[in-house]
Amino acid sequence: MGSVFEFHGGIHPPENKRQSNGAPISAAPIPDRLVLPFNQHIGAPADAVVEIGQRVLKGQIIAEAIGRVSVNIHAPTSGIVTDIGLYAIPHASGMQAPCIIIEPDGKDEWGERRALADFRSLKKAELTDHIRAHGIAGMGGAGFPTDVKLHLGDDHIVNTLVINAAECEPYITADDMLMRERADQIIGGIEVIAHLLKPSHVLIGIEDNKPQAIRALEEAKRGNPLNIDVVVVPTKYPSGGEKQLIKLLTGVEVPSGKIPADVGIVCQNVGTASAIYRAVHHGEPLISRVVTITGDAVNHRHNLEVLIGTPFRTLLDHSGVRRKEMYRMVMGGPMMGFAMTDEEVPVVKTTNCIIAATIDEMPPAPPANPCIRCGMCEQVCPAELLPQQLHWFAKAKEFDKARHHNLFDCIECGACSFVCPSNIELVQYYRFAKAEIRAEEAEQRKADHARERFEARKARQEAEEAEKQARRKARAEEAAKAQAVKKDAAERKETVKADAAVDVKALKTAAAVARTKLKKAEKALLQAQESGADNQAELETEFKAAQAKSNAAQQKLEQAEKGQLGAAAAPDTKALKTAAAVARTKLKKAQTALKAAEEKGQDGVDALRDTVKQLQDKADAAQKAYDDAQSGASAPAAPVADIKQLKTNAAVARTKLKKAEKQLAAAEESGEGDLAELKAQVEQLRSKTEAAQQAYDSAESGAAGAPASAAAIDLAPLKEEMEKALAKVEKAQAAADAAAEKGLPTADKMKAGVDKLRGKYEESKKAFEDAQLSNNQKQPSKINIDELKSDMEAALAKVKKAEAAATAAEEKGLPAAEKMRAGVEKLRGKYAEAKQAFEAAQQQSAAAIQPAVSPAQLAELQADMDAAQGKVQKAEAAAKAAAEKGLPTAEKMQAGVEKLRGKYEEARQAYEEAAGPALNGNAAESAVAVPDIVPDIKALKQQVSIMRTKLRKAEKALEEAEGDDLAALQAEVAELSQRHDAAKAEFDAAESRQIELAAAEGVDLKKLKVDAAMARAEVTKAERAISKVTDEDSDELSQLKDSLQLAQQRADELNATLSRFTD
Amino acid sequence: MALIRTSSPHLHKVSRTSDVMRLVLLATLPGLLAMTFFFGWGTLINVIWASLLALGFEAAIIKLRNRPVRYYLTDYSALVTALLLGLALPPFAPWWLTLVGVFVAIVIAKHLYGGLGQNPFNPAMVAYALLLVSFPVDMTRWTLPTVMVDGGFPGLFETLGIIFGGIDATQIDSYTGATPLDALRHRGGLTTEEAWRAVPVLADGVGAWHAVSAAYFMGGIFLLYRKVFTWHGPLSMLISLTVISTLFFAVEPDAYGDPFFHLTTGATMLGAFFIVTDPVTAATSNRGKVIYGACIGLLIYVIRTWGGYPDAVAFAVLLMNLAAPFIDQYTQPRTYGHQKARRGMKGDA
Repeated sequence: MGSVFEFHGGIHPPENKRQSNGAPISAAPIPDRLVLPFNQHIGAPADAVVEIGQRVLKGQIIAEAIGRVSVNIHAPTSGIVTDIGLYAIPHASGMQAPCIIIEPDGKDEWGERRALADFRSLKKAELTDHIRAHGIAGMGGAGFPTDVKLHLGDDHIVNTLVINAAECEPYITADDMLMRERADQIIGGIEVIAHLLKPSHVLIGIEDNKPQAIRALEEAKRGNPLNIDVVVVPTKYPSGGEKQLIKLLTGVEVPSGKIPADVGIVCQNVGTASAIYRAVHHGEPLISRVVTITGDAVNHRHNLEVLIGTPFRTLLDHSGVRRKEMYRMVMGGPMMGFAMTDEEVPVVKTTNCIIAATIDEMPPAPPANPCIRCGMCEQVCPAELLPQQLHWFAKAKEFDKARHHNLFDCIECGACSFVCPSNIELVQYYRFAKAEIRAEEAEQRKADHARERFEARKARQEAEEAEKQARRKARAEEAAKAQAVKKDAAERKETVKADAAVDVKALKTAAAVARTKLKKAEKALLQAQESGADNQAELETEFKAAQAKSNAAQQKLEQAEKGQLGAAAAPDTKALKTAAAVARTKLKKAQTALKAAEEKGQDGVDALRDTVKQLQDKADAAQKAYDDAQSGASAPAAPVADIKQLKTNAAVARTKLKKAEKQLAAAEESGEGDLAELKAQVEQLRSKTEAAQQAYDSAESGAAGAPASAAAIDLAPLKEEMEKALAKVEKAQAAADAAAEKGLPTADKMKAGVDKLRGKYEESKKAFEDAQLSNNQKQPSKINIDELKSDMEAALAKVKKAEAAATAAEEKGLPAAEKMRAGVEKLRGKYAEAKQAFEAAQQQSAAAIQPAVSPAQLAELQADMDAAQGKVQKAEAAAKAAAEKGLPTAEKMQAGVEKLRGKYEEARQAYEEAAGPALNGNAAESAVAVPDIVPDIKALKQQVSIMRTKLRKAEKALEEAEGDDLAALQAEVAELSQRHDAAKAEFDAAESRQIELAAAEGVDLKKLKVDAAMARAEVTKAERAISKVTDEDSDELSQLKDSLQLAQQRADELNATLSRFTD
Repeated sequence: MALIRTSSPHLHKVSRTSDVMRLVLLATLPGLLAMTFFFGWGTLINVIWASLLALGFEAAIIKLRNRPVRYYLTDYSALVTALLLGLALPPFAPWWLTLVGVFVAIVIAKHLYGGLGQNPFNPAMVAYALLLVSFPVDMTRWTLPTVMVDGGFPGLFETLGIIFGGIDATQIDSYTGATPLDALRHRGGLTTEEAWRAVPVLADGVGAWHAVSAAYFMGGIFLLYRKVFTWHGPLSMLISLTVISTLFFAVEPDAYGDPFFHLTTGATMLGAFFIVTDPVTAATSNRGKVIYGACIGLLIYVIRTWGGYPDAVAFAVLLMNLAAPFIDQYTQPRTYGHQKARRGMKGDA
């Protein structure tokens, strides 16, 4: 006999048990119709596995459990399924629920029964499955699936099995009678349960008002090897409450919100134990149970063995109900039972009692008086709550307080209501409060879920934004750096160029002066010679001196120009060309003069001949210089323009050749002139033409092979190589992984091989990237485009001029007009060519920059990169988890991570490659358009504004916030404001640094900025004015154009200065 | 018969608020009899007069509040209030004093707060305190025990005359005097020991007070036995009063009254079993009741010894009424399955 502890409170309602425990359990009649609800238990409803019209045998499964916490339902007798639909069920609300209707055929024919001969030899799972298959649910009242409780042994160490035989509710004697008559079955059931749970002892708790049952149990357990104690507890409601009985028998309290198994205790009802016995030893599913029929409104108050699904009406009729007197029909006990209004509701697995009470027996509750806080409820509460406080809180809907007063520990036993002198239905207040709180919680959960999702999304977006900002900043900085470097280089170049240009200009001037002087001297000499003057010798000396000087100047100029070639080859070639042309003209003139002189037999012929010779030399030299320059320029200069030039050259050479050939033919025909000389000339020209053509061809073929330049690297093979290497790496990796998985000894070696291959791949990749990079850099330079543009403009000017001239000629009716018109057409063609060339070059250069600039493309690349990163992180996490769990796949996963990381790196590189030039391009463009804003400063400014926005946002949030996250928001605001200040300080510092720098060079940066802006405004104004002028020929237009040019010049100047300082 | 649909529980103990009140009324009878025996007809007349007034006011205010008059009148709560006030008033208190007191108790202290169960302060004590503050002369003119008046103590009709205004107040001076508590407070330069011998009400009359206290005690024990209230409140109050008075008496017996004196004179016993146990205005939980009672005991001693009024039960009770909700918040019992009791109103639920 175990010792008995005590639980707080409790009441002693009139027992009313005598009426029904006098007669033995008898069988109830099989009704006309059995109603079997799908849900007779706690958990998910079962689902029908029979069809309407189907014949079922006794014990046949008719509805199967759905999910873990659910119970099978079996046919209580043989019969026909006549309906599956909604019928009234025993529920406090009187609601309807899905039921299977069986019309018994009266044969009560058993289906297959499978008893377990020796349950001890079975595995635990098999035994619980057997119990589960037989549809056993807690028969004490709640109807919790029994197998779930028995399975708990796996997760919990159960040291005590409590068998609930208290039956503390008044009126009910079903368990009492069961124990009296079938104590051995109960002990048999306990054996099964004990076999599953392996408790160290079994305690049967029974109230002292059932002496016969106690005796029967004592007898039945005698000699049982299990450590079973029948513990008699004092009769007090609610000692049969699970928690209260546990406290009574063990002194242990089940912690709030926990189950008894958490403290090593499992509680089962005696009825359940008996049902388990019948399932295990007889293979009988739970299809019937003992039900007490009692109450003053029935004649026979007794216990019946009732088929599950039997309507109350059948039982009441069987017990001789006096319907006129029946006022209240209660299923269960009077303390916690449900009042039913429909006699058609069936007995279910948890129905232990039906009370047909008269009005005198259970009168309606009198109207409630106000609570006088007498505290009687507190004295009887078995959960040690403050029921009256809970009542006040529930009444005032102060659910928080109710919850704080442990409302959810209320077991709704009704003791407080029972004793309340004011007849307050306290339990109903608690039920109401609980329902309200549950509804509130559900709402709250929903709201929380939504909020969490929203917050997560916001956080994610913010993180992304921050990342983006950081990246943008980094890029801007990089771009600024690159820009600075570029500008430096450009400036350096320009200075060199400018120096050279100045030098060359000066030299040119000097040379020109010398030439003029020489010409003068020559003229004077010629005049003297013609007139036969005396001072011929003097003049000749003078001429020679001038000539020497001119030569010297010319030489210097040539040298300078040659030196400049490397820096600015293209413009120079032009000069050289002109020089050569001039030299040729001079030579021709001199030759003509010489010829004339020879014909006339004059004296100065020798001198002239010398001159011619000299001139010839000079022309040759000029030509050579020009050729040299051109060939030298062709190497570093942009190939596209070069090819054109070569083409032109070739064309020119061809024309010349044709001309010369014509001349030769004419000469041959007429027999006049020096045929030999002409022939030689033709030959020379032909060879030249050929050379030009060859040069052009080779240049063009070179350009075709590598569009960028002769030096451009062919990317395709490199790429191919790289891809091959990658494929190899992947293959090798896969092989290595497979090997590693299989645990082959070669795995390590293979891994090393993979690494090697990867190295190779990296190499090839690098080579490819280098090539790509260098190719990108080899795009046509801007200078080239500028040149083409000026060419184009010059051509346009020529066209216009020629047109004007032609028009004038036409007006005057000159015969040359037509010819002129043709010339215009020709010039126009040339212009079109130049324009085309310019546009092509421009497009090309744009193409060099543009592809990366496309923001959509950039975004795509970024998305790719982000996705790759996400994958990497995911894979990493998975790999880590796997590694932690020691899974064999961990290594493989790691390899996968590496692979993904490689892919991510690729994506990142692609993105950066795209983003870099894009930014550079943008920066360059913005530098051209608004050179007074330096990228660096711009970035800083942007940063400041971003920080400001964020700060404002946070501040706003802070204002709106309340409660818990206030502190967090405050901290955030503080941090943001700090960051904002820092950014602002940085920006200010940068700006002031700029101003300082400018000031150091004597420039007022602010003024400069204003000036530049004004100049720009001027330009815009002028442009607008021009666009407004409709009369194209007016003077006004040209005036405006002049002013525009002026303004443009000034603006450019100012901008150049400004950009120098703000850089 | 149509079946009714109700919620569990379907059984109720047959107990009513009126039953509780009736028991309380019954329990005051010994005290009432003792008072009448030792202090004349005055108390009985007061109690009846107060009861009539209480029923009248209660009915009127319930009607004003549009509630069923008969139903609420039969809960007897107004009668209990009137009875307690009647017992507390001086036996020769004029009729209007009782009228004002009952009005304040029933109308103001009870119904203006929402009626039974809603009043934060004990109505009888509110009335008593108000009368004591407003009419100190009438309230402190306590009747001498009949044993101290040699013959000629007013009979029933004479007393009626005194109470209902027929007889001049100066005439009753010969029947009235200080209570023992008052006498001990205003003993001049005497020590306690000397006062016990010299002051007549202490020397000869204190027995009457002892007897009345004993009667109240008996009534209280009866209610305790009938489980109308628990021992927590009264016992803790009596113990705390005993402890503190013992402490001071032990230190300086000449200056302070002894514990027995404090327990058996004045309204100590009436307070302990009929006022402190008023469930509406007391703390709720058992532990709360202990704290509530102990504090009342302490306050009674403090006010009696150093305060300006002869007795202190009313003030002590009212002060603790004020504190009761607060005590409730911090004296929740430890609920089954919980490691420890909850404190306050907030916290994790």
